[in-house]
Amino acid sequence: MCLAIPGKITRIDEADSLSRTGTVDFGGIAKSVNLTFVPEAKLGDYVLVHVGFAISQVDESEANAVFDYLREMGELSELKERGP
Amino acid sequence: MKYLDEYRDGATARTYAQEIARITTRPWSIMEVCGGQTHSIVKYGIDTLLPAGIALIHGPGCPVCVTPVDLIDKAILIASRPSVIFCSFGDMLRVPSNGDDLLAAKARGSDVRILYSPTDAVQLAVSNPGREVVFFAIGFETTAPATAMAVWQAAQLGLKNFSLLVSHVLAPPAMEALLSSPDCRVQAFLAAGHVCAVTGSEIYEAMAKRFHVPVVVTGFEPLDILQGVLMCVRQLESGQAKVENQYTRAVRAAGNIHAQDLMRRVFQVAPQTWRGLGEIPQSGLALRPGFEAFDAQKKFGLSSVHTCEPAECQSGLVLQGRIKPPECPAFRLGCTPEHPLGAPMVSSEGACAAYFRYRSLA
Repeated sequence: MCLAIPGKITRIDEADSLSRTGTVDFGGIAKSVNLTFVPEAKLGDYVLVHVGFAISQVDESEANAVFDYLREMGELSELKERGP
Repeated sequence: MKYLDEYRDGATARTYAQEIARITTRPWSIMEVCGGQTHSIVKYGIDTLLPAGIALIHGPGCPVCVTPVDLIDKAILIASRPSVIFCSFGDMLRVPSNGDDLLAAKARGSDVRILYSPTDAVQLAVSNPGREVVFFAIGFETTAPATAMAVWQAAQLGLKNFSLLVSHVLAPPAMEALLSSPDCRVQAFLAAGHVCAVTGSEIYEAMAKRFHVPVVVTGFEPLDILQGVLMCVRQLESGQAKVENQYTRAVRAAGNIHAQDLMRRVFQVAPQTWRGLGEIPQSGLALRPGFEAFDAQKKFGLSSVHTCEPAECQSGLVLQGRIKPPECPAFRLGCTPEHPLGAPMVSSEGACAAYFRYRSLA
């Protein structure tokens, strides 16, 4: 239920008074998505989409955090093993 | 797909598992709150990569599973009216109650439809002015903003033939209820990443302090979950209890303020009964007085119906993380996805369905 899939904004429609909508591409499958909750998202940005709504913009600068964390841990333990 | 495939890399997963094993000095029990995380764990065998002392307890984060059974009965009653188009997400249609479900109601002739988004129900109401469109609105904070938008649009359009059967639940009060239980085994939480995309990670600060429990906001891919476990174990091993964010590519500290704002305009916090867990104060959402015209329970004047759960189904214990699905005597025998006794065997986020799909009999 809380599944949210990342996709790329390929089109933003004119906003009306009720909502801002656009098209999001999920690896070749394009879907109409409500973009009201991500007013700062632009064409080409990636958003997480849940039940037809973009709930969060993917922060590209944090995309490698999961790999960086491991590297930092590794460097830390190497330092500890080497001693002061 | 970008932002999915790279977080499923086997070699990095094994390095994470080695690092977890290296720093673990004693047994720890960590609960993953969301059923989506449970499915990742069981599907990719993440639990089998971890050292023997690290136990992952599956949490109650499956909205289909915790929707109170009397609401399923009410849903079937409403759907049975000839003027009604009853709609919800797919999983809700097969949740059993008193030997019945919405799919069976559809087979008997009721107009029951599966929708992708709550706002699709608004469109359905616009294009069917002679029918009553009722949407069964379930979900955590992740989904509530979409429901709020549907209500907001219906109000703007002045729709009179649109209403909701609301069963929205909130994650933090349920986590606190689990921690307050005298036999609680949870020592740290992997908080549900997509709930936090809306609420923000800050929402857990008070709970982490009060219960001295580490809370790591975690994503759904295998590497996310392994990093979340590593961050929990690091805190546990050093006696810390703070909120950390593993899922920084999607979750900000303050969350999505636009989604929160609409949620607050449409809904107010209310007591909520959770199937398997009982009533938890301040753990649900009810329509604010200005939007009560969209409340299907009031519109259709339904009083409470008495419902009993099948005695052999132990889904309550599964949802509280007290047993794993294979420990239930009905698992695979009386209870299968084709003939489920309890909701966790139905839902794509239910723990019982995850074990049924991904774990062999051996």
